[in-house]
Amino acid sequence: MTQAHPYMTPPPAPSGPIHVVVDLNRCQAYAQCCFFAPDVFKLHGQEALWYDPAPDEAQRERVLRAAAVCPVQAITVAWSEAANRQKAEVPHA
Amino acid sequence: MRSDGSGAAFKDSGHIVIVGASLAGLNAAETLRAEGFRGPLTLIGDEPYLPYDRPPLSKSVLTGWVPAEHTMLPQRETLADVEWRLGVAATGLDLPAKQVRLADGHTVEFDRLLIATGTRARPWPNQAEAELEGVFTVHGRDDAQLLRQRLAAKPRRVLVIGGGFTGSEIASDCCELGLPVTVTERGAAPLVGALGGVIAERVALLQRQHGVDLRCQVTVTSLEGDAQGRLRRAQLSDGSSIDTEVAVVAQGAIRNTEWLRDSGLAAGTFGVGCDAGCRAFDINAIVTDDIFVAGDVARFPHPLYDYQFLALEHWGNAVEQATVAAHNMVCAPAERRPHVAVPAFWSSQFGVNIKSVGVPSAAEEVVITQGELSDTRFVAAYGKAGQLVAAVTFDHNLWVEFYQRLIEQAAPFPPTTHGVEQPAPSSPVSAAFPDPRVPTYDATVILTGHDPNEQRVQWIPRHHAT
Repeated sequence: MTQAHPYMTPPPAPSGPIHVVVDLNRCQAYAQCCFFAPDVFKLHGQEALWYDPAPDEAQRERVLRAAAVCPVQAITVAWSEAANRQKAEVPHA
Repeated sequence: MRSDGSGAAFKDSGHIVIVGASLAGLNAAETLRAEGFRGPLTLIGDEPYLPYDRPPLSKSVLTGWVPAEHTMLPQRETLADVEWRLGVAATGLDLPAKQVRLADGHTVEFDRLLIATGTRARPWPNQAEAELEGVFTVHGRDDAQLLRQRLAAKPRRVLVIGGGFTGSEIASDCCELGLPVTVTERGAAPLVGALGGVIAERVALLQRQHGVDLRCQVTVTSLEGDAQGRLRRAQLSDGSSIDTEVAVVAQGAIRNTEWLRDSGLAAGTFGVGCDAGCRAFDINAIVTDDIFVAGDVARFPHPLYDYQFLALEHWGNAVEQATVAAHNMVCAPAERRPHVAVPAFWSSQFGVNIKSVGVPSAAEEVVITQGELSDTRFVAAYGKAGQLVAAVTFDHNLWVEFYQRLIEQAAPFPPTTHGVEQPAPSSPVSAAFPDPRVPTYDATVILTGHDPNEQRVQWIPRHHAT
């Protein structure tokens, strides 16, 4: 991610596996996530969103940004407890 | 442990057991912790996996884009101390003793219980035929993984038995994979029980345009194997036969209520009856205090549909009802909330995103309010007695919420949509739902009448003189 929106707070970047779920009742196919993390989210046809619920760790930052920019906030991301602890131990991570 | 429901003591040390470790069970557990429940929390699941998401199984998993093991659901940190009892089914419920019996012979005691056992795939009725190599159902992630492996091996043809949402999505996957696919549907068209004949005819055309060999008003009468027990042929009710090595049985779901058969709860074919606050009814339609129900296995009254009991198999309902149930399990009686969300679901097939809000099958009439039926981008509004009861969108996601609000307000039908691209003036026509007495497998939202205990007929074993 080379260009973040100036008003966007950088998302946390812990390590370890992440899990994604999208509330597809809420999704309105704005497809912002598909631009931010094209390997994880894609439109299947005009409006059906398909996504990888357990993307590669290398996608973490892109996925968190995709969740942050979703206009209807339909994307939930979780990461492992171990990763969170690690994050807590590294200030300003 | 006193169970007056409101005390801080219960939140600190009451024991809550959730039977069913899938979407509803997970959301209930997270809500309980979020609402301040600190007592022991046990989740019992018959599958050996932590909660995972099922909708991708018949879509991105079968096409091979996402491995089945990727579907694990995100969990909040607050579940770190939950006791998971996975890979063991609940087999019985003793209400007076407040115990759940497990398949491994153990019992689990509870102060308060949430029943979230969901559904399973309806198996092929002939067991010997069902056991033929090449016959599949798709409900769990193991099923999806096995079928995925088989599809990846490029079978010469796939037979999908049943043109409901699951069957249609699987047929769509096959088309995407370049596999010849035949769909048999006992109704007049695919999805007819869920969307009515007018829209279902459009779905039939869509499937045929994508190359599906669609056979309607036809059933599979038998599956035939070779000497090695591998599927070779299917015989159809019209006298024809189909040579195929793979058959996917997609004839809907069965609610997992057998374990409650002798419990004294109002548990039957359409699920466990409960009130709007998710409290289970017993067989005398008396509401229980400590037994709650949520998700596909719940059957609950809905104010928008004359308080008829609804039985839903929807992702969103599992989330919302579990959240309400969990809240009501730990709140003071005066703070209980009703579960009144408008039913909603989606399906992705043949490149089209189908969304539904409300209960289409409650309708008598349907009218296209936006777009054109002919180009698979449209909104169909469903009405009964001058009231809007549902809307179904094909690639019109942005409009779903608008129609949901109208349904919530009991807006008139046909709806007036000012400032909206209107199609050529059209008048409501009969929605053409099949006779409700004729069984269909594809409706995932069912109105089940006003009786809290739907088990009207009881099987009484005959006592033979010995």
